[in-house]
Amino acid sequence: MSTPITDAAQVLSLARPLPLDGGQSLADVRIAYETHGTLNAAKDNAILICHALTGDHHVVSNHPKTGKPGWWVRMVGPGKPIDTDRFFVICANVIGSCMGSTGPASLAEDGKPWGMRFPVITIRDMVRGHVALLDALGIESLYAVVGGSMGGMQALSLAANFADRTRAALVIASTARHSAQNIAFHEVGRQSIMADPEWRDGDYYAHGKGPEKGLSVARMAAHITYLSEAGLTEKFGRRLQDREEKTFGFDADFQIESYLRYQGLAFTDRFDANAYLYITRAMDYFDLAEEHGGLLANAFAKSKARFCLVSFDTDWLYPTADSRNVVHALNAAGLPVSFVELSAPYGHDSFLLDVPALDRVVEGFLGEGR
Amino acid sequence: MSLLRPDLAVIAANVAPGSRVLDVGCGDGTLMQALRDDKRCDARGMELDSANVGLCVGKGLSVIQGDADRDLAFYPDQSVDYAILSQTLQTTMRPDLVLEELLRIGRRAFVSFPNFAHWRVRLSLLWRGRMPVTRLLPVAWYETPNIHHLTVNDFRELVARRGIAVEGAWFLSGDRQCSPAAANFRAEHAVFLLSRG
Repeated sequence: MSTPITDAAQVLSLARPLPLDGGQSLADVRIAYETHGTLNAAKDNAILICHALTGDHHVVSNHPKTGKPGWWVRMVGPGKPIDTDRFFVICANVIGSCMGSTGPASLAEDGKPWGMRFPVITIRDMVRGHVALLDALGIESLYAVVGGSMGGMQALSLAANFADRTRAALVIASTARHSAQNIAFHEVGRQSIMADPEWRDGDYYAHGKGPEKGLSVARMAAHITYLSEAGLTEKFGRRLQDREEKTFGFDADFQIESYLRYQGLAFTDRFDANAYLYITRAMDYFDLAEEHGGLLANAFAKSKARFCLVSFDTDWLYPTADSRNVVHALNAAGLPVSFVELSAPYGHDSFLLDVPALDRVVEGFLGEGR
Repeated sequence: MSLLRPDLAVIAANVAPGSRVLDVGCGDGTLMQALRDDKRCDARGMELDSANVGLCVGKGLSVIQGDADRDLAFYPDQSVDYAILSQTLQTTMRPDLVLEELLRIGRRAFVSFPNFAHWRVRLSLLWRGRMPVTRLLPVAWYETPNIHHLTVNDFRELVARRGIAVEGAWFLSGDRQCSPAAANFRAEHAVFLLSRG
């Protein structure tokens, strides 16, 4: 008999400390997660969805702070490409984040927020958290692990490092390693946070005000990397914001300025600046080949999973070449792999937006022709 | 089993059961599907068109979007039993190099192509003085993907010069086979099974 599980956010407290790549271990780890659909009796219909940098486990439920619909409602649900009538869908907030799982804003043993005392974590550490959750749910092997952007890095890391825990991996708009350009943009964001006097070396929690200016500038810079030039031109062009003339000042004359300022500010309402530092660091440290002696194909030596990689032609953050690099490694490892570059105008963000061709690939890959 | 195009039916009938196959230019995956379902093959594909790749993925097939001229280089040596190139050779930039790649990746290679020396093609050139538009070559010269037309004899000469062994050859006119001797005149398309000998 299958056990119905309600669609509610839950929190798992890990009984044992989580070992970390940095050499330390993290005690009293909490992992916030959400499940949808029903785990079957064989426990073989589970799909783990991994979220991106500033995402969370609210994949289809409304965000508790913004009230907005879940970040992948268009993809996940009954009859949708990731079909909750068929699959038991799990999405967990990564450790290091600030949406319920243990991160720098959580309280340390001394009852004060970790702040910068929180250990630096890696993508593989996040995956260790996911695997602990799978253990708790009694899921030995996933039907598939699915993720876009940083979620795709987790999917690759899980398939490589915990090879027996998944039978398929779907990796969208992602990469097996962060490039110099990727690291550079993240460093701009981090320096912007750290340059804000309100950051106070990460110890701002007791002051009722964080480095909102710095965090919003970090978000503004990052947001540009998620869009395409053509998309920006189409959406904003050089159009002015609520005015007929330029003001010869430094107000947000242009619509794009106003839009970015709004995006930056809105972000500070929902995200912790230190969590942003830690998660971007984890992404920068990600180099799956380096973890396996420098040869990416070796990372997948133990895997028996099917893989599907998807890139978008306007994504310059994790361009098609990054996906192809993974595909070639999987090919060299002799694993069944599909790859497609889809055409979509929205840049890196395409994986979250209305791209019907993506729906078809996701549904087809998970459906396996059924 | 779905009804296969005649050249694909020849290939499907002559692939050993349970073998590893790479179908280069696999289209919508019809041949791969037949090989998987009827011959228990481990079939992988490469296809240029993203919509076709999507169709293949939807059939549970493993297909990589790629270009035969560029992306075969990333496949390991001798990693499949058969590399298949059906009706694609004449669309590549360097058919000779693609052929070498097929035999590097596969222990054997199936190659099928339309024969430009078929009598209808010859008639069209001889009497009308025009590039042929026939059943097998239905697209006008300016928009055809076939940029390297070849004949059965051209192909025979190329493989001989490269020291490639012909293990089998099938010549098709419609869905009927014709003799090797008359093939260069009578065959609409040809299927060759090649190896390094």
